[in-house]
Amino acid sequence: MYTVSSSPHIKSNNSVQGIMRDVIIALIPATFAGIYFFGMQAFLVTLVSVLSCIAAEALWQKLAHRKITIGDLSAVVTGLLLAFNLPAAVPLWLPAIGGFFAIIIVKQFFGGIGQNIINPALAARAFLLASWPVHMTNFTVDGTSSATALGILKTGGSHLPSLMNIFIGNVGGCIGETSVLALIIGGAYLLYRKVISWHTPVSYIGSVFILTFILGRHGLMTGNALYEIFAGGLMIGAIYMATDYSTSPMTKNGQLVFGIGCGILTTIIRLYGGYAEGVSYAILIMSLFVPFIDKFTALRVFGEVK
Amino acid sequence: MGLLTFKKGIHPSSRKDLSMHKAIKDLLPKGNLVFPMQQHIGAPCDPLVKKGDKVLLDQKIGESKSFVSAPIYSSVSGTVLDIAPRLHSNGTMVLSIIIENDNNYEESHAMTPHKDYDKLSKDELIAIIKDAGIVGMGGAGFPTHIKLTPPAEKPIDSIIINASECEPYLTCDYRMMLEKPNEIAIGLNIILQMFPDVSGYIGVEDNKPEAIKAMKKACENLHNVRVIPLKTKYPQGAEKQLIYSVTGREVSSGKLPADVGCIVQNLSSAYEIYNAVINGRPLTERVLTVTGEAIKEPMNLRVKFGTSIQEVIEAAGGFKEDPIKIISGGPLMGTTLSTLDIPVIKGTSGVLCLTKNQAKLEEESSCIRCGKCMSVCPMFLNPTKLNSLVLRGKYEDFEEYHGMDCIECACCSYICPAKRHLTQTFREGKRTININRRKK
Repeated sequence: MYTVSSSPHIKSNNSVQGIMRDVIIALIPATFAGIYFFGMQAFLVTLVSVLSCIAAEALWQKLAHRKITIGDLSAVVTGLLLAFNLPAAVPLWLPAIGGFFAIIIVKQFFGGIGQNIINPALAARAFLLASWPVHMTNFTVDGTSSATALGILKTGGSHLPSLMNIFIGNVGGCIGETSVLALIIGGAYLLYRKVISWHTPVSYIGSVFILTFILGRHGLMTGNALYEIFAGGLMIGAIYMATDYSTSPMTKNGQLVFGIGCGILTTIIRLYGGYAEGVSYAILIMSLFVPFIDKFTALRVFGEVK
Repeated sequence: MGLLTFKKGIHPSSRKDLSMHKAIKDLLPKGNLVFPMQQHIGAPCDPLVKKGDKVLLDQKIGESKSFVSAPIYSSVSGTVLDIAPRLHSNGTMVLSIIIENDNNYEESHAMTPHKDYDKLSKDELIAIIKDAGIVGMGGAGFPTHIKLTPPAEKPIDSIIINASECEPYLTCDYRMMLEKPNEIAIGLNIILQMFPDVSGYIGVEDNKPEAIKAMKKACENLHNVRVIPLKTKYPQGAEKQLIYSVTGREVSSGKLPADVGCIVQNLSSAYEIYNAVINGRPLTERVLTVTGEAIKEPMNLRVKFGTSIQEVIEAAGGFKEDPIKIISGGPLMGTTLSTLDIPVIKGTSGVLCLTKNQAKLEEESSCIRCGKCMSVCPMFLNPTKLNSLVLRGKYEDFEEYHGMDCIECACCSYICPAKRHLTQTFREGKRTININRRKK
């Protein structure tokens, strides 16, 4: 007897593990940039974050008698992204708690990979920021406290870092968000590997660029748009978080709507909100609209006249 | 300007190099021949012979009174051993006539050759095509005479010969174009003669330049025929996609090619129209590709219907590696065979033997919403949504989300990183809905 099955009998080499591996590869430049600018502490925070995400996934799946799927590497991606959203100076128990929160509460409680409605790393960051705000806003560069560029823009005061420094990442901020250069290199790799498409990042960054220029911090048409898109977490958010498959629309038009929505919310929070940075909340809020966006950007079926 | 094509689809590795340079060889059957009474879409045939009867080559042995059906002919002369259910390549037991071959190939001359086909009327031609038992030979097996008689209120302006052969591995249509281009051109010309003011198109994927050249040469003198090179992409040969590629027209949900003025015929069906009209021969054999990494000598064979798959594989030198799957047809839409004791029928375009390295059996995991399935579906459907609807038994929603428009091309399952059994669930969904519709 030969194997009997429904076609197709050949499949592409795509795999969930392969996609996650590509995301990890894309995050390597930003990891090195983080360690370079924030030292060994950044490495330890990243390590603890990744290990706690893997441990949380394995533990939960074991307790729930589910198949253990840490081999798909999605927990590693969550761990990296969580660490990238933390300041390097946090105590090491903080990423450990964050990892468990991200994987168990945000991901597994909703059904595991592909089922979570908001990004686990972002939700964990929001949870940590609400619970331990002092630790979460203690940004240091070379061991001394340093305000973020967006913080300075918001409250004024000390000297703004140069455009060059925020481009290469030599500024206060979270471990993985500061080096625009490293993040763009990784983003180009993801585009090349077709893991993400340009729609979300370009519409997101583009709308922040246009809106911050128009609305400006000192009146209409006064914005320093280039500075605004390089500062803070916009690059990591737009390239790596807003493109999270589970929590963003599946159609290209939907992704454009999603990106523009994120851009509008980010700009509003940055310019008029209580926080200096608005990327995490913008993406978290827009993720809740995904089913709605998917419904209204559904594709025209072949032969259908709309 | 780029090559004509359709939107979306996939680019699987072609693997045609295994057999594309092998000239077609004739295979004479050694064992008994098995003729299932269902080799087409439509009513099954009733046997016209009984156990112990002597039959001749080209003798009609099965026929139905229904209009949607196609008669079946003996491919050898010999004696009827039995009439009993036998395993069919679709996996079910089908009433079959079993004939012992006397190896004399004594002809019945039941049909008349018409060298002067241009003097025949449309009705006469349709009658010959119907009588010869010609069906679509790409695999589905829809009777050709029905395709050629669209309702009068649907004027036809384009006849498209489907020579794209977009399934990986298969090369029989390619060999036919190299070896029988003039016969195919005459077959097409016979079809064109039945419709006033139509244009003929032969759509060939551009990875077969030799075939394009051969067909262009054969059609030189046919002023209303154009050979159209198409982009190599799967499923270029799917009927609706091919019509779009060639004419830019979309056949909408539930509609037929005739609704947009088109008739699509398989290349081998065009050849068989030539063979029936000019040579007076009914459909008793076909060219198929026996191939795959498990086969010692992949090749193209002209096989008489009723010959067992076992003999076809032996003719190709047998296995060099243990196959895990034996497939009738191509790797994307073909059906698996559980044993080799199954006969070649009108729709057997290939016998594909894959090893465990090609036909990987992978476990499915959760959908990660990557959207790759949506980006390849040539019908612009949302496969992951449809998949979850079938799994939850929501058949009404499945219909609402256009699940019935699925052409089962399997692009979604091919591309899915989570290895989800998408196409399989759509087949099940469509079948359940069709059964429920019939109950009403």
